[in-house]
Amino acid sequence: MAEGDITLKVQRFDPTADKLPYWQSFTVKTRPGMTVLDALFEVLNHQDGTLSFRFCCRAGVCGSCAMIIGGKARLACETQVAQFLGKGDLMLSPLPHQPVVKDLAVDYEHFFDRLKRVKPYLVGKEPYPEKEYIQSTKERQPINEPIDCILCGSCTSSCTMAWTNSDYLGPAALLKSYRFVADTRDAVQDERLDIMESESGVWRCHTQFNCVEVCPKKLNPTEAIQKMKIKAFKRKLLGRRKAKK
Amino acid sequence: MYYHKILVIGGGLAGLRAAIESAPKVDTAIISQVHPVRSHSGAAQGGVNASLANNPAAKDDTWEKHAFDTVKGSDYLADQDAVEFMTKEAGPCIYEIEHWGCPFSRTDEGKIAQRPFGGAGYPRTCYAADKTGMYMLHTLWERSVKLNVPLYEDRVMVDLVLEGDSVRGVICLNMRTGELEQFMAEAVIIASGGSGQIYGRSTNSLISTGSAQSTCYRRGVPLKDIEFIQFHPTSLFGTNILMTEGARGEGGYLVNNLGERFMSKYAAKAMELAPRDIVSRSIQTEINEGRGINGQDFVHLDLRHLGREKILERLPGIRDLAINFVDVDPIEKPVPIQPGQHYTMGGIDTDIDGATKFKGLYAAGECGCVSVHGANRLGGNSLLDTVVFGKRSGRVAAEYVLSKKASKEGEGAMNKCLKESKERIDGLLSRKGTENHSDIRADMKETMIKKVGIFRNKSLMDEAVAEIKALKARYANMSVQNKGKGYNLDLIRAIELEGMLDVAEAIAVGALKREESRGAHSRLDFKERDDAKFLQHTIATYSPKGPVITYSPVKVTKYKPEARRY
Repeated sequence: MAEGDITLKVQRFDPTADKLPYWQSFTVKTRPGMTVLDALFEVLNHQDGTLSFRFCCRAGVCGSCAMIIGGKARLACETQVAQFLGKGDLMLSPLPHQPVVKDLAVDYEHFFDRLKRVKPYLVGKEPYPEKEYIQSTKERQPINEPIDCILCGSCTSSCTMAWTNSDYLGPAALLKSYRFVADTRDAVQDERLDIMESESGVWRCHTQFNCVEVCPKKLNPTEAIQKMKIKAFKRKLLGRRKAKK
Repeated sequence: MYYHKILVIGGGLAGLRAAIESAPKVDTAIISQVHPVRSHSGAAQGGVNASLANNPAAKDDTWEKHAFDTVKGSDYLADQDAVEFMTKEAGPCIYEIEHWGCPFSRTDEGKIAQRPFGGAGYPRTCYAADKTGMYMLHTLWERSVKLNVPLYEDRVMVDLVLEGDSVRGVICLNMRTGELEQFMAEAVIIASGGSGQIYGRSTNSLISTGSAQSTCYRRGVPLKDIEFIQFHPTSLFGTNILMTEGARGEGGYLVNNLGERFMSKYAAKAMELAPRDIVSRSIQTEINEGRGINGQDFVHLDLRHLGREKILERLPGIRDLAINFVDVDPIEKPVPIQPGQHYTMGGIDTDIDGATKFKGLYAAGECGCVSVHGANRLGGNSLLDTVVFGKRSGRVAAEYVLSKKASKEGEGAMNKCLKESKERIDGLLSRKGTENHSDIRADMKETMIKKVGIFRNKSLMDEAVAEIKALKARYANMSVQNKGKGYNLDLIRAIELEGMLDVAEAIAVGALKREESRGAHSRLDFKERDDAKFLQHTIATYSPKGPVITYSPVKVTKYKPEARRY
């Protein structure tokens, strides 16, 4: 693996002190296996103690360190620096369209507020069974993928529909909703589809696939959204037919 | 000043489970350094133990057998009444989480799937692929949203407010604003996780610094069995990211540079599924004796014979990690692994209710010590500990608050403590020393892994104690570069380090005084377990000169200590 120096060009912004964001460069000596998060710690520990960024598991599972790296939303902890060597400065900026707490750390409040609007919890069929719900591997299959979402926010931050309408639930919240819509144990499918059909629901998705492109877990929110469109559409059609009879 | 009847410090599995239990009865809020779904619980991979008997090979499994395996695994240091409670409650607690939506993998009959794990007589580890902790964490966070539990995130607890023998609240640093905040409460449940970052080669999240735990310790809350540190056998070489025990549970091999499945020399019957302390020592012995791959500090975890399909279905997470971090696809090549610090068996001294010696102060999960793990925790028992004792501490704390007559006492104590916190932080910010605290942190991690690690002896630990004292002296001569308010990582990491050094000292001194080998505490100069002298819990109480070590009895119900063979 290549070694050498890399220059990180970091977007800096302290909303309590700065009028506008600005770029600052740091040169870091790389080593084999170094990740972008390692490089940021190198800066924090030995060059500039005022740098701010989010981090936690450093293993791609907690979703803390999503940021724009080299023009694309990625997790800093699982992005190897080596791939950027010899390609000029490596640009790092916070996830767009979320308020900046400081530098690369964003405020996820609005992101989680939208999640909360989709009833992000299972409402299990009652009465609860004495033991577990019986769910075959085939019945679980549709949720195998969406449950892997780590809520890093990369998708919603990369969705231009979510940029232009802050009410739009966005791919992360919609994928979460699909995770329950597709769960055979859930008892409130109609309520969920009502939310999906609402002004800020699935119909705002224009299938740009930005969310699919950036998802660090290789999930497919666009597909999940289309599946819910089909469900909502079928429900309407069926309702109309019943009413006619 | 904020006020909630119950404050839960930490939004991981134990904290969420506690809050879910208490919130419907008593006003409860969660305070956390990160959003709950970011917590270290999410890094747990392999599963959670309960004797559901869903696997055809586990038809005869019972909670009593789970209890025996846990006690034997603990090298008889666990309190057996607590182990019995945990293993009995395991089934109901797992069903409950399943009812709340946890997407466990399924058997052919559609039941919760269970896999074999180390030190267990039956396949009783309930799993959801190899991301069980993450799915459980998301499920409990979702449940807390359903219950509308208030959350204060981006807060670091910097002090515990005690008055006489009662807790009054906590002081937090708001990371976003840089301001100190007072949180008053009738009861406080500490659920802040482990302190693995004290060690080099740790599998733990970078926020697992034990800062709330050390804060309690400095305020006089004793730590129990803190010298018992678990080293996970299989962490990724280079980054020490966890490679689940489930990989061996599904049939993975450990292989040295001669191509031998060397576990046959150390645990002929259990092989790769011996308990973690034994497997870690075996790997380290192979490495020390020159049988690491290419003479380096790692051996191979070989999964190739499991086949593509099984790896993709049951172990997709660790496959991604191996590809991302060491460029190895386990379907095609063996994975380089070495033992890494993984878990702190010890912690805040509590009883079976999670209660400490202070009224209204509880602890649950890895930051606490009931003790159910004793000298060595079995894989799959930590997730279980979080939900069983998180729930119980939440219930007991709610009962305590409901039975309490007076409320909102201790405003004076809260204000006094706020003033002290402010002075402490202003003091840190105004220091003009020459030392860089990140260098001190790196040296501490190196000292702990090298000298209070898998194999221990007096001379190494004497050096460690002296080195920690020297690190503390260097800490007194450090400075914080960043004087700003917002998201000041420099300051927060300096605050954390002070507490980490205190706990590091307690670990080293506790280990030095325990002149025996038991579970994960393995001394080359005292190779045998010494029940006559040390079938006791270590209790470390803070003093400015260093930890004061005393001992307390272990509760033995029906499992008499015997030799531990696998």
